[in-house]
Amino acid sequence: MTALLALFRRDLGLALGAGGGAAVGVLFFLVVVTVVPFGVGPDLKLLARIGPAILWIGALLASLLGLERLFQADREDGSLDLLLVGEPPLALVVLAKAAAHWVATGLPLVVATPFLSLFLDLAPTAIVAVTATLLVGTPALTLVGAIGAALTASLRRGGLLLPVIVLPIVLPVMIFGVGAADAAVTDPAPFLPPFLMLAAFTLASLVLAPIAAAAALRAGEG
Amino acid sequence: MTQAPRFAVAVERLEARDLACERGGRMVFAGIGLAVAAGGALVVTGPNGAGKSSLLRVLAGLIAPAHGAVVTVGASDEHPARTLVHHLGHLDAVKPGQTVLANLAFAAAFLAGRRAAADRLAAALEVVGLGGLADLPAGQLSAGQRRRLAIARLVAAPRPIWLLDEPTAALDAASETRLGALMADHLAAGGLLVAATHAPLPIAAAARLELTGGAA
Repeated sequence: MTALLALFRRDLGLALGAGGGAAVGVLFFLVVVTVVPFGVGPDLKLLARIGPAILWIGALLASLLGLERLFQADREDGSLDLLLVGEPPLALVVLAKAAAHWVATGLPLVVATPFLSLFLDLAPTAIVAVTATLLVGTPALTLVGAIGAALTASLRRGGLLLPVIVLPIVLPVMIFGVGAADAAVTDPAPFLPPFLMLAAFTLASLVLAPIAAAAALRAGEG
Repeated sequence: MTQAPRFAVAVERLEARDLACERGGRMVFAGIGLAVAAGGALVVTGPNGAGKSSLLRVLAGLIAPAHGAVVTVGASDEHPARTLVHHLGHLDAVKPGQTVLANLAFAAAFLAGRRAAADRLAAALEVVGLGGLADLPAGQLSAGQRRRLAIARLVAAPRPIWLLDEPTAALDAASETRLGALMADHLAAGGLLVAATHAPLPIAAAARLELTGGAA
């Protein structure tokens, strides 16, 4: 546990420190959400209706931004060899790294969501619903993204390949996320079923993604 | 011998039987067997590309052998092989954005599974001659100093098996002497080491393994 905490702290420190790029995701999120109303036009009703979808698309793309460096940076400077012979098993190492990455890049997206929702004229219930779905859903984006990051760690231009690998797998996350957020404002549809599906996806990826990413990292070493 | 044992787990012997390694479809080496007992050292020599680094990576468990097996005799099953080895590779695994001390503190905690005491870290830095640079960002270190920081890890988190890939690369004469003393100390404490090198190592009485390369 000490080893994993040390790794979590180191990764968080590196991500938030100079050149860590933790703020890039939030800036990108802001850009996407501000640009869409210009494209769609000043129709507040329409914006409020597609608002949750815009926020989810923005968060999904923003969370993919820094992912390719998750293992690549460690591989380039030799730290990956250190991580492979550490005290904890590799799957837990992956989990600790993903957790630090989420706190540095995913959590800020969740925190920014209520403010960006104002741009889209969302109702208070919709703001709460979107924020809640993002809070539950973004960890799954990071965890599944970690598999892609592990697969592309040894590739020079892996950053381009990563979204192609990851996006098809995380589409259900967005579908259930937007579904739950929409259901919170439209009356007959229930909020809970899609929200629980979202939570289930996150929990499943919490267990499976570290194992898959660890296997991919080992294969990449060969 | 009233001193507490240095290593959490003692290892009697590091053995490899009929080891083969394939990388990118090319057989790097095959039919390698070796055994190093506690307190012993093995120097691996051979021309560039003969597979010295690959051999060390296989011994460290970083890459799976195409054939054969690596066995650490004497360690219980609770301690998987990865927790017994130090692998000092070509790259120094140093994060330039963090201070020298932060780099070492992380590595020590991560490799040992518990936080190292501050005086232990300070002592490790002192031993490799980086004592005055603890608060310097590691990015400002020279190549030789980075190498010494990597070597400080060997001291800060004691493990019985040292796998050293060109350990003296970029080191000056004084640091080489210090490394020699560290190695002798490690062997005297019951550790063992395998080093791949071109340069003569500053330790006496080491067994040798010559990799010829290409012959497979």
